[in-house]
This record gives sequence, structure tokens and C-alpha cells, in this order.
Amino acid sequence: MSLVPTLAARNLFHDRLRFAATLVGIVFSVVLVMIQMGLFLGFGRMVTTMIDHTSADLWVLPKGAKCFEDPSLLDAKLRDKVASVDGVASVVPLVIGFSDWRLESGELTPIFVVGADLRDGSLRPWNVVEGDVRALSQNGAVVVDRSYYDRLGVSKIGSTAEIRGRHVKVVALTDGIRSFTTTPYVFVDLKNARTYTGAFPDRASNLLVRLKPDADRDTVLKAVRAQVGEHEVLTTDEFRSRSRSFWLFGTGAGAALFAGALLGVIVGTVIVAQTLYSSTKDHLSEFATLRAMGSSNGYIYRVIIYQALLNAIIGFIIATAIGAVVVEMTAKSALPIVITPWLIAALFVLTVVMCVASAIGAIVRVVRIDPATVFMR
Amino acid sequence: MNEIIIEATAIKKTLGRGAGEVKALRGIDLTLRRGEFTLLMGPSGSGKTTLLLVLGCMLAPSSGALTVCGTPTSGVDKEGLARIRRDHIGFVFQSYHLFPTLTAAQNVQLALDIRHERGGKARKRAQEALNLVGLEQKADTLPGELSGGEQQRVAIARAFVANPSVILADEPTAALDGNNGRSIMRILADAAHQRERAVLVVTHDPRVIPFADRIVEIEDGLLVDTGSGEPERLHLPKAAAFRP
Repeated sequence: MSLVPTLAARNLFHDRLRFAATLVGIVFSVVLVMIQMGLFLGFGRMVTTMIDHTSADLWVLPKGAKCFEDPSLLDAKLRDKVASVDGVASVVPLVIGFSDWRLESGELTPIFVVGADLRDGSLRPWNVVEGDVRALSQNGAVVVDRSYYDRLGVSKIGSTAEIRGRHVKVVALTDGIRSFTTTPYVFVDLKNARTYTGAFPDRASNLLVRLKPDADRDTVLKAVRAQVGEHEVLTTDEFRSRSRSFWLFGTGAGAALFAGALLGVIVGTVIVAQTLYSSTKDHLSEFATLRAMGSSNGYIYRVIIYQALLNAIIGFIIATAIGAVVVEMTAKSALPIVITPWLIAALFVLTVVMCVASAIGAIVRVVRIDPATVFMR
Repeated sequence: MNEIIIEATAIKKTLGRGAGEVKALRGIDLTLRRGEFTLLMGPSGSGKTTLLLVLGCMLAPSSGALTVCGTPTSGVDKEGLARIRRDHIGFVFQSYHLFPTLTAAQNVQLALDIRHERGGKARKRAQEALNLVGLEQKADTLPGELSGGEQQRVAIARAFVANPSVILADEPTAALDGNNGRSIMRILADAAHQRERAVLVVTHDPRVIPFADRIVEIEDGLLVDTGSGEPERLHLPKAAAFRP
């Protein structure tokens, strides 16, 4: 085995203070990027959580609807037209919208009503931890998430409140259905949803279409589009992508997260470059000795790049451990940080690239070494 | 006549520019032969180190020709000159220039490592080189824990280990006391006589004269004596000499 890794490690660990400063820079940078990208992923998931929990194959949307939360409505009579298309198994209307929730104390808080239909292919509450979703068909029944106990002024099944002046009662509780807007989701019966959101009985926010098992999706998609006129028909993937695009890029939130991540990369690169350059400068006489002994420039570059790689690996391991703690801490929050294996892999590559790129300054300095200097000292 | 290892012909070297220009070497002809221990002596500023740098392929001459083991160095780029040093030349520096974070054995092994000689064989050769300079027990010691004489012996082992044809040493005894200086000179003389290397030692220390086969004197960038005479002609006071 070559002495290059040994020399690199000894150079690095020789000055522990500088090594610690380098690690702090890398860890700060990687954790910052990890959190920004984790927020990006978490946000991306949160904004499509409702879409993700339907079993629809196609969505019929009002023209220009940008996301699931879009309040536009369409004519529910389209349902029969869509249902008549060959290959369609079921068509279920969905009604959503903002409304007001009056706590028993009399205080008002905004809510986001989701008009669920219990039939197959609809959007129904999931992660139910207490109560029975089937009770939603009762008049005034609602399902809420227990993370919103305080906001909604409820504490158990049977708790009561008012939506738009109508008496409601909690019949089931879910866990983890949180809104990124912090406005609580409240699941209600489809009919009640129209009442609570002020929608006319012949209106719906979307139509959820399920296909027969043997149906060709593209063929049915074209046929449904022909039936709905100016309205839009998207696959679930397309709607998810549109919704995510709107919230992440249409609002600028994604750009802000990316900007934060970029800042992290820049800060990390600068810190590593500075410390690596300074370390190289301190070891210039050793590199000059190597050069005088006849070593190639490539040999010296390898020593510097190994130093950068060691920085990257150690810094990344620490940053990942910190990231895991942050993920755990935010798991139950309104906007959890999501770290996937792909993100970890990408961050590792980024860390290595950042550290190796940081070595360029040091390498440029070493290129100018005059081996004759070893005879001058 | 022994094989010529280094041949310098009409070497001139000008350092600096304009008003600061210095003609450091003004036409040097010199050959170093296998098995010959040569001293290069002269007063400060006479051009000793500049000549050493030129002979060691670290400084390109302004004019003249240099061949190392038959390879002309004229027009060779920096990487090419590094290759010539790697293949043919071992260096011993006045300040040792050991790597403080590597052990004595690793410092020696480094000279093999840059030549892509690695693994157990390289470790064995490094240990043998340390044995030759009497440091078999210090292989795992860091330079900072060695005396000046021991550090210089590690540096010599590093210069020997890859079997270079020529060893160029710059004031190797300057920082050493009498005993250590004598020990170092004996090792270098053995390298020339028993191991058939060309050895050139730059020095202004007259105590080393008794070890030399040949003394070359330089003054104002010119060789005033290429060493055809006997070394003793410098009339060194006997008490001051390192005795072989």
C-alpha cells in the first residue's frame, strides 16, 4: 500500500485545531444542505399527501387548477359523462375548501374541509387511531387529526364544535395527517362538505376516476378528455407533479430552499479550501522535499486529494449523524425533514466533490513549488 | 577509469535580472565518476549550492550541457527532470528535511514509494537501509525523537534506499558534532567506495577533507581546482579533522 494515505492522514491529524475547524465547516455545510434538501423533500411530500392517499387513476380538474388545494369548482354532472367512458370503473366527486371552525370557547380558527366519500376510489382518512371512519356518514360527523387538538379545541372522540354555525362531533381521530399550511384538515361527509364550504350541490372540486383493471390508461385518458370539454384530466402522477411544482416553485419556497442549500455548499467549499490551502502551505517544505527527491506532481496531488477525501468522509459521517437527530426531532412537526437514501448518496457525492474542488487552490500552490528551496533552508 | 555518472560542460548560470543580476556559475566543467567521493568546497557565495542544484537537475543552467547517467537534461521539462532525479540521484540535505509525522522507516520508504515500490519488499529495503546507517532499532521512531546525527543518518538511508547512481549532499555535517560528523562522512565514503556510487558533498567544513578522493574548489562561479591533486594539499590542521 502506498504511503500517500498515511502521509495525508498524518498531515491532517497533525494540526488538530485546524482539522477541527475544517470538520466544523464541512459539518455545518453538509447539515445545512441536508436540512434544506430534507425540507424540500418533506415539503414536496406534504403538498401531495392528499393526492398520495387516493387510489384514483385519473383526476378531472377545473381548468387551470394548480394544486390540490385549488378552490375552483366544476360541474358534478360531468361525473355521468366520465362514468360512461369505456374502461372507467368508478367516478367519485371530491369537495374541498376552506371554512371556519368555532371552538367550544367561541374562538374561530380556519380549517381545510375535505369532503370524503366512503366509496371505493375516494379520499378517506387514513392512519385512524381511534373511532370509526364509517361514522362519517352521520350528519355532523367529522374526523380530525390528534395533532390539532389544541387548535381545534377538542380532546377526544365525541368532542363538539361548529363549522359555519353547524354543530359537528368528532367521530374518529387520525395520527400524522398534517397540513403544511398549518390549517388543520377536517374530514367530513361529501354532502356536509358542500354545506361547510358553501359549494352548490351540483358542484365538486375534482372527480376521482378509477379504471377497470384491464383498461388502457392512455386510451381512457384521451376518451375522458373528450368528454370533459375545457376541464383538465391528469393522471395521478401528473397532478402530483403539478401540485408539487406549484407549491415548490410557483410560490418561491423551493427556490429559497435551494438557495439555502447553495449557500451551504459555498460556505463549506470556502472553509475547506481555506483550511486545506493553509495546511498545504504549512507543509510546503515537505512537498518541496518530495519534489526534490523526484516525486511526480501527481504524487503530491494525491496526498492533497487524500486529505480532502478524509475531510469529506469524516465530516460527512458526523453531519449524517446530526442529520439523523434532526430528522427524528422534526418527524412529528408540520413540516418534517425527509432524508432518503438517495439524498444521503447525493450528499456524499456533493461532499466529496466540494472537498476535492476545495483542494484546487492547494494544488495550484503546490504546482509552483521550487524543489531548490529545500537547499535554502 | 570509472564510469562517468554526471558530466557538466561549460555550465553557466545567471541568477536575477537587471541590476540584481548575478553570474553564479561562469563556465563549469566537471565530471563525477562511479566509486568516487568528491568534495565541493569554496567560500560562501562562491556558487557551491548553485552548482549542486544544477547537477541535481533542480536548476536549469543558462547555458552549457549536463548529462546524468548518459541522459542529457537540456530541454527536459520539470516532470522529466523530476524523473531523472527519481531514477538516478539521491539527496542529503543540511536540514535533513525528514517528514515529522512519519517514522524513520516510513521516511526511508517514501523514497521507494515515489518510485511505486511498495508493500513488504519496500518495507524490507527501508529496514535494510536503516541497518546500514546503524539505526535498526529506531525504525519506528519519529524524527522529533531522534538526535541530529540520527536524523541525518535517516536522511542518508532515504537517499541510499533506491540505489541511485549518484548522491549529492549539501553540508551534511554542518549541524553535527565531531562524532556524528565523522559517522556521517564514513557512511557517505562507504557509499562511494563500497557501493560504487558517485558521491558529491558540498561543504565548507575542512574536517571532512580526509574522507575525500578528490576536492573540487569553486570561487566566484569558476572551478579553481578540479581536484587532480591530493586532498591533503589544503593543509588542514590535524586536530580539526574528522579522521576516517
